[in-house]
Amino acid sequence: MQFSEQWLRTFVDPQLDSDALGHLLTMAGLEVEEADPAAPAFSGVVVAQIVEAEKHPNADKLKLCKVDAGRGELLQIVCGAPNAAVGMKVPCATVGAVLPGDFSIKAAKLRGVESFGMLCSARELGLSEDHGGLYALPEDAPIGTDIRLYLGLDDTLFTIKLTPNRADCLSLEGVAREVAAVTGAAFRPTEVSPVAPTIDARRAIVLDAPQACPRYCGRILRGVDAKAPTPDWMVRRLERSGIRSISALVDVTNYVMLELGQPLHAFDNTRLQGAIHVRFPRAGEQVLLLNEQTVAPAPDTLLIADEQRALALAGIMGGEESGVTLETTEVFLESAFFAPEAIAGRARSYGFSSDASHRFERGVDFDLANRALERATRLILDICGGAAGPIEEAVAPEALPSRAPVLLRTARARRVLGITLDDAAIQSLLERVHLKVERDGEDFRVTPPSWRFDIEIEVDLVEELARLYGYDNIPAVAPQGSLMMTPSSEHRRPVWDVRHLLAGRGYQEVVNFAFVEEAWERDFCANEDPIRLANPIASQLSVMRSSLIAGLVGNLATNRKRQIDRVRVFEVARVFQRKADGEPVAGFHQSMRVAGLAAGTALPEQWGERGRAVDFFDVKADVEALFAPRQLTFETLSHPALHPGRAANVLLDGHSVGFVGELHPVWVQRYDLGSAPVVFEVELDAALQSRMPAYREISRMPAVFRDLALVVGLDVTVARVIETLRAVAPEVVKDIALFDVYHGKGIDPDKKSLAFRVLMQDTQRTLEDAEVDAAVAVLVQQAETALGARLRGAGD
Amino acid sequence: MEHLDQLVQQAIADFAAAADGAQLEQAKARYLGKSGSLTERLKSLGKLDPEARREAGASINAAKTAIEAELEARRTALREAALLAQLAAEALDVTLPGRGAAPGGLHPVSRTLERIEQLFGSIGFVVADGPEIETDWHNFTALNTPENHPARSMHDTFYLEGHDDVLLRTHTSPVQIRAMQAHVERFKDADTMPELRLIAPGRVFRVDSDATHSPMFHQVEGLWVGENVSFADLKGVVADFLRKFFETDDLQVRFRPSFFPFTEPSAEIDVAFMSGALEGRWLEIAGCGMVHPNVLRFGGIDPERYTGFAFGMGPDRLTMLRYGVNDLRLFFEGDLRFLSQFR
Repeated sequence: MQFSEQWLRTFVDPQLDSDALGHLLTMAGLEVEEADPAAPAFSGVVVAQIVEAEKHPNADKLKLCKVDAGRGELLQIVCGAPNAAVGMKVPCATVGAVLPGDFSIKAAKLRGVESFGMLCSARELGLSEDHGGLYALPEDAPIGTDIRLYLGLDDTLFTIKLTPNRADCLSLEGVAREVAAVTGAAFRPTEVSPVAPTIDARRAIVLDAPQACPRYCGRILRGVDAKAPTPDWMVRRLERSGIRSISALVDVTNYVMLELGQPLHAFDNTRLQGAIHVRFPRAGEQVLLLNEQTVAPAPDTLLIADEQRALALAGIMGGEESGVTLETTEVFLESAFFAPEAIAGRARSYGFSSDASHRFERGVDFDLANRALERATRLILDICGGAAGPIEEAVAPEALPSRAPVLLRTARARRVLGITLDDAAIQSLLERVHLKVERDGEDFRVTPPSWRFDIEIEVDLVEELARLYGYDNIPAVAPQGSLMMTPSSEHRRPVWDVRHLLAGRGYQEVVNFAFVEEAWERDFCANEDPIRLANPIASQLSVMRSSLIAGLVGNLATNRKRQIDRVRVFEVARVFQRKADGEPVAGFHQSMRVAGLAAGTALPEQWGERGRAVDFFDVKADVEALFAPRQLTFETLSHPALHPGRAANVLLDGHSVGFVGELHPVWVQRYDLGSAPVVFEVELDAALQSRMPAYREISRMPAVFRDLALVVGLDVTVARVIETLRAVAPEVVKDIALFDVYHGKGIDPDKKSLAFRVLMQDTQRTLEDAEVDAAVAVLVQQAETALGARLRGAGD
Repeated sequence: MEHLDQLVQQAIADFAAAADGAQLEQAKARYLGKSGSLTERLKSLGKLDPEARREAGASINAAKTAIEAELEARRTALREAALLAQLAAEALDVTLPGRGAAPGGLHPVSRTLERIEQLFGSIGFVVADGPEIETDWHNFTALNTPENHPARSMHDTFYLEGHDDVLLRTHTSPVQIRAMQAHVERFKDADTMPELRLIAPGRVFRVDSDATHSPMFHQVEGLWVGENVSFADLKGVVADFLRKFFETDDLQVRFRPSFFPFTEPSAEIDVAFMSGALEGRWLEIAGCGMVHPNVLRFGGIDPERYTGFAFGMGPDRLTMLRYGVNDLRLFFEGDLRFLSQFR
């Protein structure tokens, strides 16, 4: 809400400057978002009247004016404004004045004629963008008065950001009440006295839905001049509250809403037929609103209707066909209380909001309707003339909000806040905001006023107390807790270990959006039915990702465009899949994964190393390191994102936990990546599992090594060879490790040679040659029979 | 005898002239080899009479000892010279760059989150987690924000197509509910429920995208529920954290009344640095408050017996302030020129 400091000070005037007042509001929970001067700094400008205006002797477009600026003698001023005319009152910058932008006014000769000042437009004073001519002041503006004083320009426009619980501060009186409470300065509410009816014009009011509208006041005014100008002071206060002046009748309703907090509506009384009904819609009803939008109100939207038709959305917006115009002479003024739950969310469901709905859905003082109606009546009669009928008030007392006393246990309040404040001080603080405090044994029973909708339970009072006591005055203490150590498992690593491990292996962490473009899901996951957002901000951010790979590919493309060829990135994040019995949210599987991408050279460009491109086995080693000391196994995999011959399923204890592979050349081309990156993605949970080390006795007996070169078919995998050999290996064989792969000269084109080192050892004794030879023979024979292998060298 | 002296002198000269080990051994052979001149003389001793033999033998042995000493000295000198030559030849340009892999790094916001976890971990906060696709109930209703509550319009929410009751969580606060329920379940048979102290870092989502807003960003939720947790404790913990996080006491922390449906009393936390580029400006970095009794009830905890505080802060903002980053969007663009600065 925006308002003028000067206006506020008519209700409460604490001995504080603007900055201090702003800080006080903020610390009272009415956060000041902006505090802007009403006008830029300038000086030496006074109200003046043009007494003579003649053509400049040497210039067609200039006028030579004689101006009365209250100096006793007339000033001669050359002026170029087309609207300069005799009798007009205008702002005059006298010699010595300084205008916005540090523009000093000096005596000058203009085209040979002396000029002692400058007549100003609104724009030259920084008051508006209007530069159509001189700023015409009202006829009664007192000559010689400083314009800042006359227009009240030494004012600050406060914009406060009100939290939804403080609807009572959506008015000047409300803010003033609060300022008075925290400063102790006197609060001077607007004096409103009833306007005695002088005509007997009435319109019946029927509350068809008393729960939604328990109070409705209305009054007819006749003989009203809707074209009467709104007084300057009212226009100024409205403008400084960010509301444009429209017409006197509308301005008055807005003014009273700002002043007191009661939204009002003015109907053209001649367009109403019979009694006013406050009711819910009938089938097929439509309302053309003031904002020119036609709505078909939902069944839970409250309407104002007459006996013929729906007129307005109650508490939200008036109707175009029943509102006042400049031709209106008879007004039906509405001042009502609509229950917050009957208004809440409705305006938003039609795609707009209004000042009225904003207030009603948060809670308007339910005892204010009559006072506001009297206030508006008085203002209309003063400005537009006319005569007022009696106030018709329909009320359903049982449906009005109740203000039940709320129990406040002062000991609990002290405990929750961590303060020592005695009961008397508590009572005094609460009474400052018009809460009625009664003692009840050790405790208080506190009754809130009709304008407070946020005090229903004890903790609401605790908050009020904290606010009034001052958050700054609550101590900051080092808390005392019951200490228990947090668990620390050796079977599970923190996710930070994973991040640091990958960073240590050259990967840079990235954070990508959880929503991606639909094509990414199709291309990289073959996902034709992704989880779609109902309201994405852009089509490229419209579906939830089921894999992190696409985002990393996007990072590669972005960085390659920036001439960074070597890219190694990883992300730890959630992926999303449909799953009927998903936990913890049914319908969705949301697991954390860790994924990486490596592209460019295996090592950073450097001297003494040949720039070898990163390949499958480099990244496979990274994945293995990620899981170490646990052992992974790998098997060939078909995956939509990956090269079919260079992709592997990653298995931990025989269960798939992810994949590793080179990006499919089709996507390398489509996404314009240049060279193929190698990627991996594994379940984070699996990567976090760790193993507690277990001691095994170290053998003191010497180990024996034998190398075994086996020639096998190209399609025989290393994993299969080792598995096959292990299956028959005697007890003494402790390890079989691959140390070379050869394919080329000396070997059949459809064969390869795999060289293994076999480690044999016994914990108790030195092995004898015969034993070793026998063990090797077993392995060789198994290789020959089970794999069709032959020993290299034999028969070459 | 003079002849023998000459021989020794000659040997010394020959050894000195030897340029390397091989030449030295050749020269040695000329004197001490099988047919070396000194060896020949020793052989000829037998022809002498015993008296003369003793005398000549002593002379020859003295000469031999002298030659051998000289030989050994020359051998050592040559070895040392060879080693020096080898070392000189092996010298490196030690200013050449080191070789091998270069490390990557953590995302700047991860750095912040890791520090936050460490700092809160040091006073017994554990890390909790919750889903990013969340139910409307956990995100709003259980946090005391029923349907049509005006506070719902404070969060512009992403919804999922075809689902009315699920959304992308707009804050990490739903983790409070899940964690309280799990805690209560875990200790349901115990006489007293231990205190619940947790932080929940994670990604959250709002329909908002401009220079200062990202549709996805980070939050850290904090929660402490116990029998005697007060607003003064909240102020103490948060102020302590901020001073430790920024590694300075040169920091003002302000708690300002605010409103959140799930806490009461509620506060916004502002900080102001007392030096540096941001000196004197109040910067909003977190919301907090005492957990609302309705929220405790939804979590299964008796609000009469227990109280608690909760806070939600923006690690992205903290990261920006800590490292002087001026554009939030940089965190989510994957630009290595930016990210690699935080290694």
